[in-house]
Formats: sequence, structure tokens, C-alpha cells
Amino acid sequence: MTLVTDMAGAAALVERRSFWKNRTVRRLLRHRSFMIGMALCLLVTVLAVLAPVISPFDPARMSIRNRFQLPSGTYWLGTDNLGRDIFSRIAWGARFSLAIGLGVVLLNAVFGVLLGALAGYYRRLDGILMRLADALMAFPSVLLAIGIAAAMGPSAMTAVISLAVVYIPRTARILRSSVLVVKEMEYVQASIGAGAHDIQILCRHILPNCMAPLIVQLSFVFAYAVLSEAVLSFLGLGSAPSVPSWGMMIAEGRSYIREAAWLTIFPGVAIAVTVLGLNLLGDGLRDVLDPRVKLHD
Amino acid sequence: MLAYALRRIAQAVPILFLVSLISFGIMQLVPGDPAAMLAGPNATPAELAQLRQNLGLDRSFLVQLGIFYGNLLHGDLGHSLILGQPVLETVIERSPISISLAIYSLVLTILFGISIGMVAAMRHNRILDQIAMVIALIGVSVPNFWLGLVMIVLFSVQLGWLPTGGYVPFTEDPLGWLRAATMPAVAMALMQIGLLARLTRSTMLEILGQDYIRTARAKGLRETTIIVRHAMSNVLMPIVTVIGMILSVLLSGSVIVETIFAVPGIGALLGNAILARDYPMIQGGLLFVASALLLLNIAVDLIYAWLDPRVRLQ
Repeated sequence: MTLVTDMAGAAALVERRSFWKNRTVRRLLRHRSFMIGMALCLLVTVLAVLAPVISPFDPARMSIRNRFQLPSGTYWLGTDNLGRDIFSRIAWGARFSLAIGLGVVLLNAVFGVLLGALAGYYRRLDGILMRLADALMAFPSVLLAIGIAAAMGPSAMTAVISLAVVYIPRTARILRSSVLVVKEMEYVQASIGAGAHDIQILCRHILPNCMAPLIVQLSFVFAYAVLSEAVLSFLGLGSAPSVPSWGMMIAEGRSYIREAAWLTIFPGVAIAVTVLGLNLLGDGLRDVLDPRVKLHD
Repeated sequence: MLAYALRRIAQAVPILFLVSLISFGIMQLVPGDPAAMLAGPNATPAELAQLRQNLGLDRSFLVQLGIFYGNLLHGDLGHSLILGQPVLETVIERSPISISLAIYSLVLTILFGISIGMVAAMRHNRILDQIAMVIALIGVSVPNFWLGLVMIVLFSVQLGWLPTGGYVPFTEDPLGWLRAATMPAVAMALMQIGLLARLTRSTMLEILGQDYIRTARAKGLRETTIIVRHAMSNVLMPIVTVIGMILSVLLSGSVIVETIFAVPGIGALLGNAILARDYPMIQGGLLFVASALLLLNIAVDLIYAWLDPRVRLQ
């Protein structure tokens, strides 16, 4: 019994060691941009996850007596026009922003991969799918998201869907070009020659080798989604009024910008820090995993 | 060149069709009855029926689609529900304002984006490179509407240097236009400056590592001559291709930036249409902007093919 436990422990240790000794992981850990980005993203994630614990006040609690309080020991980042604690609202806003970003990334990972793989592997589908992607990409990105969100009505789900529609064609395009390259490799051709099923070839041989550009793209999609969600919320097309979001906080603070600029400044800093972290993370992933890519759209 | 131009235009036709189909489809996304949503809770059944008829919602999907394309072929993008004017006329009327702002923004993007990228590449891995890339990264990460508001506080409220908003036509008062357009143009350009600086730097680094540059150095040319005569033209070529993309993003940003700075352009028009749920204006405006950008991208591609014969021979 002890021997079995010991062996399991040793195997886990070897696995853990091999993870940290993995060449890619070691290069990532040595990459300065990646590590700074990781630290910033962790900071925002901790803020989002622990929002109910670390928020000193209920983010929706109004206190007319304490309106427009400057940052202090009690109200770390001050209070807004309704006396609500700005730090608590920023912490809860982080939950909303990250949830929207994650939703958009997940939809991109599923549909971007599916459409990109189909377009890259089946030449007959390529023309139709890529023309559709071109048409969606002809619209200015945020403008299309705003149009869809305005039609569907404001909600978190709308924000996720509208932003996913905007970024899926871009992800699909990147995956398609990777599939086109990998498909021509000898081992894939050998597999096709050996009569393997298309799904098996795609899932076992092609897609695992297209992961690097996909991961890089998804990290940038996350950054753009956070930024674009703020635009939607600013225009009143994102979260419901009862759910704090950074874009909405900036919109609410806008009317008081002359006399109480902190209402607007702090949520903006929160957005910038999150997007900066995600961009640095994406830069690091790109340098290590996919050094050929120079520019992301 | 003519064959290339015709091929490029032919490629755009199905995309233009799909763009119009997507614009039509957006209206179909409105949940429930758009007329009821627009008319509000106090509307009488007669008013609702009239609004449904005006919007064409009392017809079947296919008839609506047929009417949409019939009108489109006559240059009719519908009537704004709020302004009561034809959408196309209103959008064209506001275009010069947005175009002048986008051009100003594009000039700033090209000027600063390329300069910062070049300086960073020429001082690769030195302190100036790192400062330039930090500036570029901050530019990419800061939301433009927030930057606009911060600039209003700083340059209008605190320092009183620039007006908080509004617009003066360039033809009436060039200096007034410059004062009014500077903050919106900077707010729109900042992110693109960051992206272009990063692109210029990486393209420049790639070119500086090539054999012909090494040959130029080996024969004793000065670094300035190498950059200006040999590297510059090859750096600028790929940048021409991203101009269409940059303009697309600039127009995207104009919705919110024009709203903040009270600039009466297409962006603000669409922003207000969204707030008022003016669906024909949203639909027509989106279609107009996407089609204009598509044509602009064709023009950019043709210029690129004219500058670089390899493109049209591919």
C-alpha cells in the first residue's frame, strides 16, 4: 500500500517537475512581458474571485450622505454620485468584465476552431465560409457588435454573443491558415493515404498542431473583448443597471467629471490594467509559441 | 493591372451582397415586436399597426427581404424614425465631418506610429526601444472613450487650452477646426498608433537583418542613408496594406468618441440611433459604413498592386 502511494507520489512529482522543466514553460517563465502580464491578470482575477470577501461595502448600497467622498481609509477609491463605494464596484465589475471576456473566448474557441478547421480541411466549404468571414470583417468590429447588441437588447448574454460574432471570423481565419499548412505535412498525407477518417485526422493529427497560434489569438481576443465590453456598457448595451461594470461606471461618472473626476478615472485604470495584462500575456505567448506572427488584428 | 483590378472588384461583389444581407439580418434579431418596443407602452393599437406598416413588419420575411433589396437598388436605405429623413441623405450629409476627423486621425497614426516604431527598431533592445514599446503598449490598452474624458478634464477644464467638444468645418475656420478636432482625433488614434508602432518596429527589425542591408553596411554607407534609401521603402510597403484596417478601426471608435466630444458625424449619428432604437438608421448606417470601407479596401489594394508589381502578378 505504502509502495503504491509512494509510486503515485513519485509519479506526480515527476509530472510536476516535468511541467516546470518543460522547455516552453521554462521559456515562458523567463519571458519578462509574459510574467508581468501574468501578474496583472492574476491581480484582476483575484479581485474578481474574491470580490464578495474583499469588498468593504455592498456595491449597490447607496448612501446619499456619503456622496462624492474622496479616496480615504474608509472608502479606498472614494464614492460615486449615489454614495456607492467605488472600490467595491470595481471589484464586482471585474467579475462582469472577466466573465464576458471568458464567454467570448469560449465561443471563439468552439466556433472559431470548428469553422476554421472545416474551411481549411474541406476546400468546397472554404469559399463560402471565408466569404462570410470577409463580409463580417468588412464591418468595423465594435460597430457591428454595437449594432447586434442594440437589436437584441442590452444584457450580458447579448454582449457575449455580439462580441463573439465579431471575433469568431478572425479566429476562424487564423485557424484555417494553420490547418492549410499542417494538412500538407507528410504525416498527415500519410494518414490520409492510410485511409484514416477525416474526424480522426483533424482531431488527432491536425488540430493539436494548430494550437499555438490559436492560444495566442485567444489571449488577444480576451483583451479586445474586455475593451469592447466596456464600450457596450458605456453605451448602455452591456450589463443590467443593477450589475456594476467598468464601462457603465465611466458613463455614470461622465456627468460629474468636472467636480469628481475619480468616478471616471478609477474604472478606466481598471480596464487599462486588465487589457495591458492580457496584451503582455499574449505578447509573451506569441514570442514563445508562435514567433512567426508579427501583428494581431 | 486592369485584369487585377477587375478580379479584385469581382471578388468584392459577393462580399458586398453578404454585407447587405447581414445588415438586413440585424433588424431580424430584434426580439418580439420591434414596433411595440419603439412605440412604448402607451401606444394605441392603431398607432402600433401604422408603425408596423411603416417598418414593413406586417409583411412576410421574404417580402421584407425583396423590398429591402428593391429599395437598395434605388439607393433607398429607409427613413430614420427619429429624424424623419432618408437614412442615405442624412449619412452622406454627416460624412464630411467624420471623414475629416478620420483623415486627421490617420495622419496622426501614420506620423507617430511609424516614427515610434522606427526609433524603437533603430535603438533595438536599448532604453529608447523599451520606452517606445511601453508607450505603444499603453496606447493599445487604454479605452479611447476614457482617454477622451481624461483629456477633456486635463486640456479643457483644468488648462482651458481646447474646447470640450463641438465641431467647426475646416472650410470656415481651419484653426477652429484644428482646435475642435485635435482631442477626438488623438483619442481615436492612440490605439492605432500603438499597433502601427509595433508593426513598424517588427517589420523594420526583419528588414534590417536582411542581406542587402548587410551589404549596404559593408560598403560603408552611413546608417541614415541605409535607413532612408534602402530600408524605409520596404518598411512602408506592408504598412499601405493596413491603412484600410486602420480606417475601419478609426470609424469604429468614432461612434463613442464623436458622442463624447459632441461631434455631429456619422459616429454620433449611429450612437444616437442606438440609444433611440432607430433601427432603420442603425441598419442603413452600418451598411453604408461597411460598403464604404469595402470600396476603400479595394482602392488600397489597387494602390498596393500599382506600387508593387509582384502583388498583381501573383
